[in-house]
Amino acid sequence: MKKILAFIFAITLGVMIILSLSNNELFTDFGDTNHYDGISSGYITSEVGGDEEPALVPVNIVTGILVDYRGFDTLGEVTVLFVSSIGVALLLGVASPKRINLNFKPNFMLSVGSRALFGVMFLTGIYIVLHAKTSPGGSFPGGAMIASSILILYLSNDTFRTDVSKFKLGKSLAASGFVLVGLIGLLFTGEFLANFHPFIMDTILVLIAIDVAGGIVGIIDNFLTEERV
Amino acid sequence: MSEFLASLEFINYIEMVVSVLLVVLAIFTLTMKSLIKSVLFLSSLSMLSVVSFVLLKAPDVAITEAVIGSGLVTTLFVFTLLYVHQKERDVS
Amino acid sequence: MLLYASVLLIVIGLYGLLTNRNVIKIILSLNVLEIGLNIFIITVGFLDLEEAIAPIITLQQRASVIVVDPLPQALVLTAIVIGVGTTAIGLSLAKKMYDKYHTFNLDEMGEE
Repeated sequence: MKKILAFIFAITLGVMIILSLSNNELFTDFGDTNHYDGISSGYITSEVGGDEEPALVPVNIVTGILVDYRGFDTLGEVTVLFVSSIGVALLLGVASPKRINLNFKPNFMLSVGSRALFGVMFLTGIYIVLHAKTSPGGSFPGGAMIASSILILYLSNDTFRTDVSKFKLGKSLAASGFVLVGLIGLLFTGEFLANFHPFIMDTILVLIAIDVAGGIVGIIDNFLTEERV
Repeated sequence: MSEFLASLEFINYIEMVVSVLLVVLAIFTLTMKSLIKSVLFLSSLSMLSVVSFVLLKAPDVAITEAVIGSGLVTTLFVFTLLYVHQKERDVS
Repeated sequence: MLLYASVLLIVIGLYGLLTNRNVIKIILSLNVLEIGLNIFIITVGFLDLEEAIAPIITLQQRASVIVVDPLPQALVLTAIVIGVGTTAIGLSLAKKMYDKYHTFNLDEMGEE
């Protein structure tokens, strides 16, 4: 009975979404959007940011929206990741941590191969972060890729634990550095997170990457450690 | 021959196949009895959504979903299940 | 096609969220719902034209080239990263529940 009710409820929701999409003047059909009338055209032609020099406008418009035009949203998003990392540490953290014994003995090929893969993944992450202005990617996947390279090291060795305190310090410094960069913009131009020098955007990208990497490494470490008996 | 291939409009066929597979994999994810199989089907669903993001011309989102949705979320699920497996073995 | 597939994914995720009694299955349904929602938001900004390209162009070309809407892509990018945070919190809660009740099933937990 409960399952039938849930089925009816879910199907009704789907039908209502599809009905509200068709023949709606406010909501265009699939592949027929007219975003050049709205706010997006301002982002695409960079009118929103004012009359800027070409050096200040990134080629990748998505990065421009994330870091420049909607930088305040990104600051909130970084805060959410920070808080969720703290929440996981609060739920799973212990006083004297030790690796969970998985009874998994990696053979020679796996441990050497994963160490070689670590370097490749780490450098790819840094490359993606540094080229976020000109190529697809950005600081979120770059930071996550750096965290994944640390995860590879966790899998290659049964007793490995990274120095989590350094990642925690980097995460906290990056989150405060983000606010500091915003305050620098406030000081010089009167706008929070103002983009008046090409260096500003690069700094914000690196800071976001450090924050994401620190947060995810903290979460992974909390999942793989337990109380020392 | 090449004109014939171009006239088929392959991108639409890819889109149809990806759409059907997305729904099938989502149903598999929620109906599998074993939890680890569900997790692996979620990972493949994530990977297919990467293809759909590329078809929708969103390369940034595609890279992010490939790294985070398909990699990190899966490892978090697997770590939780490994921990439970470990506890069950300790008890018995 | 992808629009209807994403709506179906949302429906499947919601159904799984309402009917499953296993904590891990509930978090899995939440992830399925999230993937469907992300594809849906991206389709909102999609332009089905041959000449429409991904939003990576220089400032000089911007007046002449048609691009897809970049704003939904930026919003989805943040949504994916927040999704990891919520999944991690949910899984750590599930782990704590298992430590206390030795089961993932919500019905069996209530009997204790």
